[in-house]
Amino acid sequence: MLRTWRQRITITDIFIWLIGLAIAALVIWGTIATLQQGKYPGSVWLDLTIKGLALGGVYALIAMGYTMVYGILKMINFAHSEVFMSGPFTAVFVAIGLSKSGFLNKQPVISLALILLVSAGVSTLIAILLERICYRPLRNAPRLVPLITAIGASFFLQYVFRGFYGSGTYGYPDIKALDHSWTVGGIQIYATQVVVIIGAIVMMLILFGIVQWTKIGKAMRAVSEDKEASELMGINVDRIIVFTFGLGGASAGAAGILYTLLYPVVTFYMGFFPGIKAFTAAVLGGIGNVPGAFLGSLILGLLESVGPNLFLTGLGIPSPSQLKDAIAFIVLVLILIFRPTGILGERISKDKA
Amino acid sequence: MAILVSKKVTKRFGGLEAVSKVDLEIREHSIYSIIGPNGAGKTTFFNCVTGFYTPEEGEILFKGRNITGLSTDRVTRLGISRTYQNIRLFKNMTTVENILVGMHPHLKSGLLGGIFRDRRTREEEKAAVEEASRLLTFINLKGKGDLLAKNLPYGEQRRLEIGRALGSKPSLLLLDEPTAGMNPSETQDMVSFIRRLRDELGITVLLIEHQMRVVMSISEQISVLDFGVKIAEGTPQEIQKNPHVVEAYLGRGAASGLGQALTAD
Amino acid sequence: MKNKSSYWAKTLQNGLIGGGISLLLSVVGLVLAFGKTYIISGVLTMAQVFVLAPFLFEATQSIRQLPSKEPIKTLLVGGLTGLLGGAVLALFILINNFINIRSVLINVSPDLVNLLTFHLPLVAGLLALLGISLVVGLVAAGVFMLPDRIRGALSQAVMVVVLVGLFRDLIVTVILHWGWVQYAFLWIFAQSGLTIISALLLFALVGGLGYWSAGRNRKAIAANRTPRQQKVVRWGTLGVLGLIALLLPAILGSYFSEILDNVGIYILMGLGLNIVVGFAGLLDLGYVAFYAIGAYTLGMLTTSEAVGLLHLSFWVALPVALVVAVAAGVILGLPILRLRGDYLAIVTLGFGEIIRIVVLSDWLKPLLGGSEGIQRIGKPAIGGLVLANQQQLYYLILVCILIAGFIAIRLKDSHLGRSWMALREDEDVAEAMGINKVTTKLLAFAMGALFSGLGGVLFATKVGSIYPQSFSFIVSINILSLIIVGGMGSIPGVFVGGLALVGLPLLLSQFADFRYLIYGAVLVIMMLRKPEGLAPEARRRLELHEDDAGPGLQEELQTVTKNPGR
Repeated sequence: MLRTWRQRITITDIFIWLIGLAIAALVIWGTIATLQQGKYPGSVWLDLTIKGLALGGVYALIAMGYTMVYGILKMINFAHSEVFMSGPFTAVFVAIGLSKSGFLNKQPVISLALILLVSAGVSTLIAILLERICYRPLRNAPRLVPLITAIGASFFLQYVFRGFYGSGTYGYPDIKALDHSWTVGGIQIYATQVVVIIGAIVMMLILFGIVQWTKIGKAMRAVSEDKEASELMGINVDRIIVFTFGLGGASAGAAGILYTLLYPVVTFYMGFFPGIKAFTAAVLGGIGNVPGAFLGSLILGLLESVGPNLFLTGLGIPSPSQLKDAIAFIVLVLILIFRPTGILGERISKDKA
Repeated sequence: MAILVSKKVTKRFGGLEAVSKVDLEIREHSIYSIIGPNGAGKTTFFNCVTGFYTPEEGEILFKGRNITGLSTDRVTRLGISRTYQNIRLFKNMTTVENILVGMHPHLKSGLLGGIFRDRRTREEEKAAVEEASRLLTFINLKGKGDLLAKNLPYGEQRRLEIGRALGSKPSLLLLDEPTAGMNPSETQDMVSFIRRLRDELGITVLLIEHQMRVVMSISEQISVLDFGVKIAEGTPQEIQKNPHVVEAYLGRGAASGLGQALTAD
Repeated sequence: MKNKSSYWAKTLQNGLIGGGISLLLSVVGLVLAFGKTYIISGVLTMAQVFVLAPFLFEATQSIRQLPSKEPIKTLLVGGLTGLLGGAVLALFILINNFINIRSVLINVSPDLVNLLTFHLPLVAGLLALLGISLVVGLVAAGVFMLPDRIRGALSQAVMVVVLVGLFRDLIVTVILHWGWVQYAFLWIFAQSGLTIISALLLFALVGGLGYWSAGRNRKAIAANRTPRQQKVVRWGTLGVLGLIALLLPAILGSYFSEILDNVGIYILMGLGLNIVVGFAGLLDLGYVAFYAIGAYTLGMLTTSEAVGLLHLSFWVALPVALVVAVAAGVILGLPILRLRGDYLAIVTLGFGEIIRIVVLSDWLKPLLGGSEGIQRIGKPAIGGLVLANQQQLYYLILVCILIAGFIAIRLKDSHLGRSWMALREDEDVAEAMGINKVTTKLLAFAMGALFSGLGGVLFATKVGSIYPQSFSFIVSINILSLIIVGGMGSIPGVFVGGLALVGLPLLLSQFADFRYLIYGAVLVIMMLRKPEGLAPEARRRLELHEDDAGPGLQEELQTVTKNPGR
């Protein structure tokens, strides 16, 4: 038994495990050092946790698009980050329009619903067009081809939006209804955070319900299980794929609006980081797995928010929050190396030959 | 003398045992067939031998050496080579290049040799191309060496795949349904070609095959797999008389054509 | 497609798509940016080309799917497609007249409306737009009915006229360097674009040439050459290209030399990435990481500022930088190269970003300068001559490209190159052929890192200062795009792609804002329509034939005696 084990282990494995151990040691050491320093009081950690959860909720909504498309087409929809961007970009311009007419502050709820509807509509439309124009003709092409197309589409969309609206950064007009905050147990909770967390949970539940209990959701799961068999069962696979893209697009658009409540600036390149992080979250949870995407997103949100201060302060690194994006990427790299199937993903064996 | 021995090899996917405690012993210079209904675990067993899968239990010995769990490339370098059920050539490479890739285990030149093209590399390359041309003649594809593999007709693609496998000078060749999709005369050519592999090159052939006529005429030994379990083993005559085999085929009606073939012969 | 209703539906669809594309180009601002760029002075602007070309294209598409080519039907379908395209634009302008679209879409300015309505009053302008769209559609139909040979010559001529007109400023700038020779050419150009007469002359010349050369079967001529003649032709072409490459900086002057240097660095890196993506099929989106590593290593080692480490000379620091870049490639590659293709792409992307973020952070600021970067980076010196200006650096870059090109060509046809391609074609099977996946891929990855690092070194020394902003994801996309346009795995393709994708936007400032819009569109269109690229990879002939098995002299003697048309 030992001999076969030795035959299987390669230098690469040893190398990988050494890297893994080194990183784990650094993280543990940094955490202990940070906590010993006691630089931050408990309320700071709680505050960061709430921020992390809000962020995680947004990532979860974006990650849905990645994970559902992956489940069905086994491809990474790289342009999903731009679908996400299109939501808030549209929302800002609708909001500015409503604000100028004074409608926004008179009827904040209706306005918000209207904003949500229009922007989710735009992002849904873009997602569907993306599938129709860029991916459908390439469904049987080698794996890299649609990926390259997706990258191209991603840049195209970014710069189309730049052309539409200009290269500046834009912000929402003040929404008075959301200008509240409460102090609970020494920490400040903002109305926007509450809206984001509740909004994300509600939308996640709706999405989960659609996938789990509606007829079309069941068809989606069937297609992701076995495309050919579902086709034989009379499921219109093309229609399901369009629906999947649309659903992912709508949730990404909604996520975009929640995201801009947390970070109230929109730019044409704003999709890149949240997009890649949501993808990380989807992989972390187990790509193709809907609850996994939710779990992975919460973990990633927390890691990104709490992580820099917790892991890096103790190591004596100045302004650790500058490195928060790097942490997300490192999580991505590590998860793909050590457990590419993610937390909830089952071990998928290589395709049966 | 057995060239390949498998002892209680088991491969599971989730709860399903695709290959279950399979024992095989393949004599050197023999032609050995594995038959069985679709989904019986034949190809999975091939994948266990070539190291594409690692079996959960059991051992595979090649020339007395334990090769269980070795990576595919190392198994190939030890002298096991294979073809695929659905032809898998390097489609955008030429016929000769496909064979040259097959000769990989015997080519030493690396990065620096490739860049500087020193004398050793040049000589090795020249010898390799000559050898590839001989193989082309052997598989009867002479003159088609510079065509892209994807432009060859079906039967020639099958032969090229075998030619590519021969490039590594294997002592054991695994053929996964080499006559699939062939008409009777093409099938007959393939059968005599497989015989030549054994008789002229001295290669042991392990075969997965569906066409009973082929199996019965060519094999010295046959094993029958059903739901991952070996239900029978023996010479063609013994297999034809084996009640379990007839039942496995006829009882389930999965491949009734095979059952007819069994009784007709 | 066969029945009657479907091709009318298709025509409708094509017309709307044509109008949509024109509208998009207008709303995005591309049309306006070229509003004053004349192709033919006073007659045709590039903006009009952008507006009308989609109609032309879609009209051809409509005609292509016609089951029969009756003249009347062809004209009808072509004209209708054009008219529909124009109608989309007209409708948009009309809506804009009532609702101020500009408050949302910033490019919908009165200038744009004027441009689209040919500076006429609204109703007259709209009618003109519709009329011209109709004419464009009819022209497409008319041209389609001509024989192939004439059609080919016509489209070539149009293309050349548009290009020459578009690049009028550049060509004139270059020509002004040429002393008295300039007067032989300057008359061709107007203040902006070509004069009407010269446009007609050029059109006739190129069209005539095109018609003539279409009559000659080039392939047959090439095939008729003996190997010795082929060799002469090949080396002759190479010699001429080499001579041009040597003289370019002198011909073009220093401004263009800098552009040439930039293009050169991209081509060099393209050659490296082509090994990774084209040969081995590994989509490396973090290629910029090694570029950054090369540049920063050189910067740290050679800068005369306080942040510098050792203040080494360029030639000492160069190998160190390359070794560091390759080492980074190996360290990253080892764990990730067993990942599947699309995951590999994302992980490399992540790695590139990690490098940029870390360089930008305060953490390593004492070493890497943070957002202020590193200034006063050392220049290479040969003997006493410091290669300081762009023209001198050009030759250094040229040498590097030659080395990289040589290595790429050699590796492509080597045993290792075949192993890479086998992995690219089918990884599982390649492994079953005895190829070690990780080490073989690692070699490709390391070669890529080497050339990327070299590109970084050249970039750092050329600019003299480096900032983290120069090393964003977009650099990787730049290089990836140029490989894909040229053709994955094709070495000439890297040059074609580099000149087209990096050269053109640098040469035409109007394109600068739309560079990545075009890159994105190009990536999508190439993958959909021409995945093999503009200069596709060709496979080498290897099979030995009895009659040419012998090497050297013997081979030549035998082929001479053979009949030439084999």
